[in-house]
Amino acid sequence: MADREERRFAEVSRDSVKLMAESAGVDLGDDVAALLAEDVCYRLREATQSSSQFMRHAKRRKLTVEDFNRALRWSNVEAICGYGAQDGLPFRSVKEGELFFVEDRDVNLVELALATNIPKGCAETMVRVNVSYLDGKGNLEPQGAVPTAVQSLSDDLLKYYQQITRAILGEDPHLMKVALLDLQSNSKIAALLPYFVYVISGVKSVSHDLEQLNRLLHMVKSLVQNPYLYLGSYVRSLVSSVMYCILEPLAASINPLNDHWTLRDYAALLLSHIFWTHGDLVSGLYHQILLSLQKVLSDPVRPLCSHYGAVVGLHALGWKAVERVLFPHLPAYWANLQAVLDDYSVSNAQVKADGHKVYGAILVAVERLLKMKALSLSQPAEGATNAQSGSVMGAMGYRVSSPGLSPPPEPLSEAALGIASHLQAGGAGCPWEEWTPVPLPAMYCELYSFFGDSLAVRFSTGPGFGSYPPCTPSQLSDTRKEPSGPASNPDTTRKMPQLTANLNISPRQDGSPRTDPPPPSLAATGSGRTLARSSSVQRSRSSSSRSGQRSTGLSRDVFPKARFTSPQTGLPAFSFLIGGRQMGRRCQGRRPFQTTFAPTPPFSTIPPRAYAHKLPVIGRVGKPVRRWTCSHYSLHLPL
Amino acid sequence: MAAVQSGVGDGVEEKDIKTEPPTDGFGNNANDGRVLSSSPGSSAPAASGKPAAGGTPEDQQTLLAVLQFLKKNKLTESVEILRREAGLPEDAQDAKGADSSGSGGAAGSVDLEGGDASALLSRVTVSSSAAAQAPTKAAEDQPDVNVVLSAYSQQGDPALYEVYYSGLKRFIETVLDCHRAELSQVFYPLFVHMYLELVYNNHENEAKAFFEKFSGDQECYYEDDLRVLSSLTKKEHMRGNETLLDFRTSKFVLRISRDSYQLLKRHLQERQNNQIWNIIQEHLYIDIFDGMPRSKSQIDAMSGSLAGEAKREANKAKVYYGLLKEPEIELPLDDEDEEAENEEGKPKKKKPKKDSMGSKSKKQDPNAPSQNRIPLPELKDSDKLDKIMYMKEATKRIRLGTDNLPSICFYSFLNAYQGLTAVDFTDDSSLIAGGFADSTVRVWSVTPKKLRKVKSAADLNLIDKESDDVLERIMDEKTASESKILYGHSGPVYGISFSPDRNYLLSSSEDGTVRLWSLQTFTCLVGYKGHNYPVWDTQFSPYGYYFVSGGHDRVARLWATDHYQPLRMFSGHLADITCTRFHPNSNYVATGSSDRTIRLWDVLNGNCVRIFTGHKGPIHALAFSPNGKFLASGATDGRVLLWDIGHGLMVGELKGHADTVYSLRFSRDGELLASGSMDNTVRLWDAMKAFDDLETDDFTAATGHVHLQDNSQELLLGTYMTKSTPVIHLHFTRRNLLLAAGAYNP
Repeated sequence: MADREERRFAEVSRDSVKLMAESAGVDLGDDVAALLAEDVCYRLREATQSSSQFMRHAKRRKLTVEDFNRALRWSNVEAICGYGAQDGLPFRSVKEGELFFVEDRDVNLVELALATNIPKGCAETMVRVNVSYLDGKGNLEPQGAVPTAVQSLSDDLLKYYQQITRAILGEDPHLMKVALLDLQSNSKIAALLPYFVYVISGVKSVSHDLEQLNRLLHMVKSLVQNPYLYLGSYVRSLVSSVMYCILEPLAASINPLNDHWTLRDYAALLLSHIFWTHGDLVSGLYHQILLSLQKVLSDPVRPLCSHYGAVVGLHALGWKAVERVLFPHLPAYWANLQAVLDDYSVSNAQVKADGHKVYGAILVAVERLLKMKALSLSQPAEGATNAQSGSVMGAMGYRVSSPGLSPPPEPLSEAALGIASHLQAGGAGCPWEEWTPVPLPAMYCELYSFFGDSLAVRFSTGPGFGSYPPCTPSQLSDTRKEPSGPASNPDTTRKMPQLTANLNISPRQDGSPRTDPPPPSLAATGSGRTLARSSSVQRSRSSSSRSGQRSTGLSRDVFPKARFTSPQTGLPAFSFLIGGRQMGRRCQGRRPFQTTFAPTPPFSTIPPRAYAHKLPVIGRVGKPVRRWTCSHYSLHLPL
Repeated sequence: MAAVQSGVGDGVEEKDIKTEPPTDGFGNNANDGRVLSSSPGSSAPAASGKPAAGGTPEDQQTLLAVLQFLKKNKLTESVEILRREAGLPEDAQDAKGADSSGSGGAAGSVDLEGGDASALLSRVTVSSSAAAQAPTKAAEDQPDVNVVLSAYSQQGDPALYEVYYSGLKRFIETVLDCHRAELSQVFYPLFVHMYLELVYNNHENEAKAFFEKFSGDQECYYEDDLRVLSSLTKKEHMRGNETLLDFRTSKFVLRISRDSYQLLKRHLQERQNNQIWNIIQEHLYIDIFDGMPRSKSQIDAMSGSLAGEAKREANKAKVYYGLLKEPEIELPLDDEDEEAENEEGKPKKKKPKKDSMGSKSKKQDPNAPSQNRIPLPELKDSDKLDKIMYMKEATKRIRLGTDNLPSICFYSFLNAYQGLTAVDFTDDSSLIAGGFADSTVRVWSVTPKKLRKVKSAADLNLIDKESDDVLERIMDEKTASESKILYGHSGPVYGISFSPDRNYLLSSSEDGTVRLWSLQTFTCLVGYKGHNYPVWDTQFSPYGYYFVSGGHDRVARLWATDHYQPLRMFSGHLADITCTRFHPNSNYVATGSSDRTIRLWDVLNGNCVRIFTGHKGPIHALAFSPNGKFLASGATDGRVLLWDIGHGLMVGELKGHADTVYSLRFSRDGELLASGSMDNTVRLWDAMKAFDDLETDDFTAATGHVHLQDNSQELLLGTYMTKSTPVIHLHFTRRNLLLAAGAYNP
């Protein structure tokens, strides 16, 4: 009987009773506890039995806490408070004690009492009639269908909706600001959410109008920041709208004068913001975003602005995303990008300028990847218990201090990592599971082989560089600070003259029409030749072009600047040089290069600079050597 | 609360019968069968020597017992009142005193069991007196419980219980097939009582073992009760458990043919199986009939209630199920019709046709109660107008049938996150009201006409009272809105009912009150207190003025709107009253209960005139057919049962719903029955066929044995899915359009 009963009912064991008594400061004997336990069980069953009556009369199938409390109240037992929450209460276990408990967080009552975010926007209870069956015929609706107009709007809400959308999409910027602010703080617009989401999904129809797109994105931002709105599954819709702005070759981008790049940057930041604040509402969201970004990135047919969007999107989602998606794709993508960058034909000028944008974005992304990866690696060495949690904490600190989206989401990246690791477990993307992180040194080597000294992050400078790969964490922690640390300063200052020379090139290639470019060839080739002789010098020179700029501002300002100036400057000069040198041994160089990427250890002994000169090969495969001169000249023509 | 339910009428009657089996058992062994089957009052030897002052001897006896008790407790005033009310002469109670002692003596002299008999008698006296007093003093509950439970105190060897039970089981398994089904009925009550006896005498382990061993043998429809039983393992638990107290106080009724009963008796006597025999004597009421033993299916159809089947006597009373004659309002009708006649020349021809099918204005239904059996409110002018409207609508009514099914409109309550618990439509389908779990009542107008309040008193003074449209002028146009919310309850509103004249709305709630709301001012007029426990349902009489309510306290109450105390209390149900319905002639009230029975009560005298058993779960829906002859009931088991009120018989079983049936409604002409359920469907049944088949069938009224054919599928005319919305109310408009209502909750 006993075991049968246990199967039938929830039993309260003697031990539980004793524990509870103990916690109340009463010491119970075994027999008393047993008696009590039995009685408690019985009373529980009795209450459950009578609570089911309240359920039946409420014409429900689900027994609620309220039902149970009513039953208790009618049998003169105090009701149980604190379990009325709509969402399920997580039931946790403690392994050591075989204890199970309901998670019971502290609630700040003062905050709760003073909070005004009581959801009021609920649509009113109403009766709607529909003719279901005419003359007993016609099963008009399939089973499981849902009545239409489950939520309909009161007149006030409708008016509000019209005013707000009109203000946001209208001409008056001041009005727009007010509207956005209200959207951000209004607590009663829950019922309107689907409508706003619908409006926002209109991005697809205004892709020619950057201004409108911008406004819609601002609307997204306001909705996302509204603390009273529960976005629920609408997150997905919002994300898809934002992704549209990031990734699609907008009609507006046909005109090079339109600054759709800023829009994409903004949308990317917004994406990361949505993801950070509401990513938990939709399971697998992170995965889906990454997958779609990856798809765009790996699609060579897509225009460069889409690729740019993918890169900034990944960047905004955090270094982990960059590591997972961008980094593995880089070798393949590099080839395409290089081809674009190396095409100096007039017709390609615009595309090339776009390519430089992409290049810059990638550079910024990987630089932060390296920096953050080093940081995350060094964290345990510094004694933190958990690198991830530590960095998450740090990230939260950042997040709080960053109002809106203005600062680059560097801190967010790690937070994203935290969530990402959750999502990875539940995500469906199989390829992701096979992914193994590339160790930092190998990654650095590889990236260095692409960017050479364009990389602002360095883990070792000077002659000791060759011995870098097998470096220990302690070394890393030392080198981590190096990019901005004073140790690098002598290096960068030393290279300053060359930096300026490179900068001269940049405005022209950037596509800005006003500057008259000085012929770069002499300086570039000249220095290049010397570098060819001494690779260590070459590396420091071209990299200093970037680090030098960077030293003028904080690392945060890197993105915009780098985008407009540096990446293009370094690379062309760099490639010219190597290309000239390279041609002779092109065939030798390419093969080892391609095989190098995945297994790094064998190559770790080879200093990364060995790749540096092979780099242009990717972009230049099959091209005649004289090509560069022609294209070089051709550059002048459109500008 | 057990005491409350046995307070008046029926309960006392049951107590009284308790004296009977022991007397039979010890005194009249030879002819006990006959005695048992005869009426309880005449069989009681104590009653024989009494002066027949009024009412049946049995009533008399009860009254005297009560009087004696009151006197003993020096409640002289109550004694006076009771005597005056009952019309007893002054010396009646003295006679009673002598009588009781005399009967005790007689019993002693007759069968040498005097001590036992008088002990029994005293127990009866105590319990019935406690029952009479308990409604006023809840503290008196305890002795009553003890009395009830003390019936278990006789000790048997706990180890032998299993032997006894399995011995009986073996015997019943070996009897002839024709008897087996009947005798198997004994198992369940025997099992429960033996188990409780073990528990009561603190043989916890034996009780568990006993339960373990034999619970699997019981019929599946007792599963719920067994679950309650199995959780009860301590004597202390029995005290507070009302379900079990009911099991004690009321006798489990079995219907067994004489042959089968003789078989059982002989077996038990041969085996000297006193334990079982005692239980049968004390706690079972065996209703013996002559004739063929019933089949298993026949038994299963009728059993399932908490306390067994209804005694046949319980359903013998005459019920005036016919409809009242409609008041003569032909003249205004003709006036009205003349106007309408200009368009359509036939209304006069249609009218007689309607009369024939509605059977409302027939000369006088032989089965109808006299017009003034219960006083009904006078018709007001507005009521007459409404009647005229009704008749005009009725002429346009669609005649439904198997090949002419109604159209169905579904009223979805949207955004009803607070929980919709009850719905009602007005008869003319112009208003819909919803009761909600957040204690509110909301009224909507489903016509373009908006809801308006009457103007304030100050404003009312200003209007011209002589004007023709004064009724229009008193309304405050500013308050016009599509819906109104009525605040007042402090618990979920479980029952709701419009008055026929649409001026009032009733709501019953978990807070123990029934409230009357004015639909003119949209304010609460009266809070009727009396139930003290959740009131599950309430309904207005079809003639207004009266209403009935029933709830957790197992007592249905009849109220009049202008009395703050109930006019009648109908007690007898063994568990919560879950639904209440007025008979179309307003003379009877039907109540459905969680004890899985339906009772029909006479409004005039408060008697229970019908007990219908057969449902296997709590009953949540009731509906009278428009002609008043039949009753339909739906329960949590998803079955709908049809009852013939006049004969007190089950006449049909409609199987098809997969979940609780929350709503039942006959079409206006009674041709179709619509049922709405939690399984998100509305089903239409051919009521005509269901009843016709039976009328052609030879009623086995004499024996009360029904033999139902399983023809649910033939009777089912259609199944209609809603949009994921449970159906909690159904309503046929006056033109036979079916309206359904429910709340959509994602």
